[in-house]
Amino acid sequence: MKKPIIEFKNVQKRFGDTTIFNDFSFRVEENEIVSIIGPSGSGKSTLLRILMTLEGIDGGYINVNGESLWHMPWNGAYVPASNKHLHKMRNHLGMVFQHFNLFPHMTVKRNITEAPMRVKGLSRQEAEKAADDLLELVGLADKADSYPNDLSGGQKQRVGIARALAMRPSILLLDEITSALDPELVDEVLDVIRNLAKEQSFTMLLVTHEMYFAREISDRVCFFDNGAIVEEGKPEDIFTAPKEVRTKAFLNAYLGQ
Amino acid sequence: MEFGEIVSVLLQGAIVTIKIVAMALPLAALMAFIFGLIRLYAPAPIKQIAVLYIEFFRGTSALIQLYWIYFVLPFFGISIDAMTAGVVALGLNIGAYGTEVVRGAIQSVPKGQYEASVALNFTSTQRVWHIILPQALVNMIPPFGNLAIELVKATSLVSLITIGDLTFKAKALADMTLQVGEIFGVVLVLYFLMAQCLSLFFRYLEKRLSRGLGRGGIDQ
Repeated sequence: MKKPIIEFKNVQKRFGDTTIFNDFSFRVEENEIVSIIGPSGSGKSTLLRILMTLEGIDGGYINVNGESLWHMPWNGAYVPASNKHLHKMRNHLGMVFQHFNLFPHMTVKRNITEAPMRVKGLSRQEAEKAADDLLELVGLADKADSYPNDLSGGQKQRVGIARALAMRPSILLLDEITSALDPELVDEVLDVIRNLAKEQSFTMLLVTHEMYFAREISDRVCFFDNGAIVEEGKPEDIFTAPKEVRTKAFLNAYLGQ
Repeated sequence: MEFGEIVSVLLQGAIVTIKIVAMALPLAALMAFIFGLIRLYAPAPIKQIAVLYIEFFRGTSALIQLYWIYFVLPFFGISIDAMTAGVVALGLNIGAYGTEVVRGAIQSVPKGQYEASVALNFTSTQRVWHIILPQALVNMIPPFGNLAIELVKATSLVSLITIGDLTFKAKALADMTLQVGEIFGVVLVLYFLMAQCLSLFFRYLEKRLSRGLGRGGIDQ
């Protein structure tokens, strides 16, 4: 077994009285592409948001790249992570959002160069060179000087992907990246991810409702319900011969089989 | 008294009013930003100081604040001239309202902007300065414009601490000549013109700042 790049150990997460995760354990190997499917409210997005440090945890441990994400060693014990520790850990991770969350007051190019320059200290020249390459990769070289509000949803999301990639994360979190798009714009975004997947140089964790895409791209598919993995396995197994009743019911509803 | 003379005396007063606005407005903006940011981001005890400032200056009469600064503070050994007292009182008063404008505008920036800036690993200071504030600034302009006009109108209070502003000159002229219709007619027009100029200025500012943001709104 390869070494896990992400590992959840007995994680607990609550929002007020609602328990999202109770004793949740989960691991992802390096360069593995894992799709998370399941009904809404099952904790899929929360999983990604905890990894991106947008949500804290109430119990348990999470390791990313061999280091604890939400805790750090201090005087021989583990204590809640400082801002500095979180800042260091975020370098491993990048996230693409359902609603893009592009910076509307910056051009497309500046959306992509801003973080590498300010956070990683790249020179303008280096950052712009990288941005040009990334825009080429996502097919938007001609939109460098446009503002996000002048783009279509699919174009916005491709910028969102380029912006996340510009920070060179080893783990890419994709949170329902096509859910806010008109159907005819979904493919242009998925094509970008397909190409990235071919390189096999990222660990990718994607929450998605695009079942055919999940099947095609993933090394492993996890069916989530009520904050737990009900069933997981190779995509062909999950999609053609699901074992659990809940998985069958969900896939039937989704795929209309 | 001839109409031309009346106008020329009143214009002198108007210049004093403009001077007060020109000094109190930057002070108000400064206070609004400092205390607005403190209110949102500072640790709890410091936050309380901001709340105290805001509630005190919003909750008491501007005229009494002015009297305190000009007439009462000297008893505590702090003497300031009338002009400074007027600028400070009005700046602090309008600034307290501005604090809420700053806070509201920052809070109205969509949460996703904050999340994206965390995901891109900006530090908390960079998040505020480079991502949140530039967007919030645009939201602040229209309510700031309102406050600026409030300030112009509130300057008439300084006539009560011996400053020869537009209202002071008008009252003096009216007492002297009894030509109240002409005098207060001109005064109305002058205040209105000052307010209009500010209004136009803020509209221009809004247009300038919303470049890129404006097209299609910020609902992305």
